[in-house]
Amino acid sequence: MSRQANRGTESKKMYWYLPFISPTASLHLMNSELFTLTYGALVTQLCKDYENDEDVNKQLEKMGYNIGVRLIEDFLARSNVGRCHDFRETADVIAKVAFKMYLGITPTITNWSPAGDEFSLILENNPLVDFVELPDNHSTLVYSNLLCGVLRGALEMVQMAVDVKFAQDTLKGDSVTEIRMKFIRRIEDNLPAGEE
Amino acid sequence: MADEALFLLLHNELVSCVYKSAEQGEGENGRCVTKLESMGFRVGQGLIERFTKDAARFKDELDIMKFVCKDFWTSVFKKQIDNLRTNHQGIYVLQDNKFRLITQMSAGKQYLDQAPKYLAFTCGLIRGGLSNLGIKSIVTAEVSTMPACKFQVMIQKQ
Repeated sequence: MSRQANRGTESKKMYWYLPFISPTASLHLMNSELFTLTYGALVTQLCKDYENDEDVNKQLEKMGYNIGVRLIEDFLARSNVGRCHDFRETADVIAKVAFKMYLGITPTITNWSPAGDEFSLILENNPLVDFVELPDNHSTLVYSNLLCGVLRGALEMVQMAVDVKFAQDTLKGDSVTEIRMKFIRRIEDNLPAGEE
Repeated sequence: MADEALFLLLHNELVSCVYKSAEQGEGENGRCVTKLESMGFRVGQGLIERFTKDAARFKDELDIMKFVCKDFWTSVFKKQIDNLRTNHQGIYVLQDNKFRLITQMSAGKQYLDQAPKYLAFTCGLIRGGLSNLGIKSIVTAEVSTMPACKFQVMIQKQ
């Protein structure tokens, strides 16, 4: 009885272990310029293909979502992160583990809403925009919108419906890049049709 | 430094996005390949500018091809080209026995028909790189058994 109680507190105490980078990270590291430039080529192509920026934003988000739903598996397999108990923990994992692992940066977490269901990620230097200058005629383009899709897609796979959007962007003259995340609801496990 | 999983997933999305938009529209296969190739071209141009920043001046064409096979390939795919062959008349064959973008797909003949989609971007990458080093070329790729593939570079004389 007492032993079980012990275990309970223990599991609560060490809820996740924070690897700065995963043990296998060096195997996976690559030149980030390749990623940055490829992303740039993609945005350029989309701007040619679609007439307005809104459609480009939407398409980028969609592609990000597709990436996110796969990336989460890679993430869970390579980091030692288990299930998060609340949104604050999720925020920590995203900023300190996921961003660090995939983009090599650690955004800061700020602006918590009183209810604790909303926060901001502040990116000092967004690697996606390394060589980018936005022309005047694309003022509504959200260049790094892929990131929003990635975050949304990845969190959806761990049963969290989250709203993600850019609140500030250095490309548009803001001093920092800010991603605003809002927790909407927990997605319930659905049993496959025909099963009780 | 970024993580390679990101690039691999982005590349997959790139391919499926280009092909999906073609399905809804005219559905010409050739144009999709061209589109991917031209994206690769732009990326190749940018990359070679960054990678040759500190490199010594190249002696000749072969020297450039060696640079592409060793340094360029290592920076992009983290391994060297396994075999470089040439007829000394402007045709080079670069063979990669374990090409990164298709290693995850299969190790044999399964999905062979899908392979060209995943090579177009890299063909452009090579062509763009060479073009910024002053070499005009045509790059094609062929696969007989995945994940090995061969890139053929035909130099165009001015």
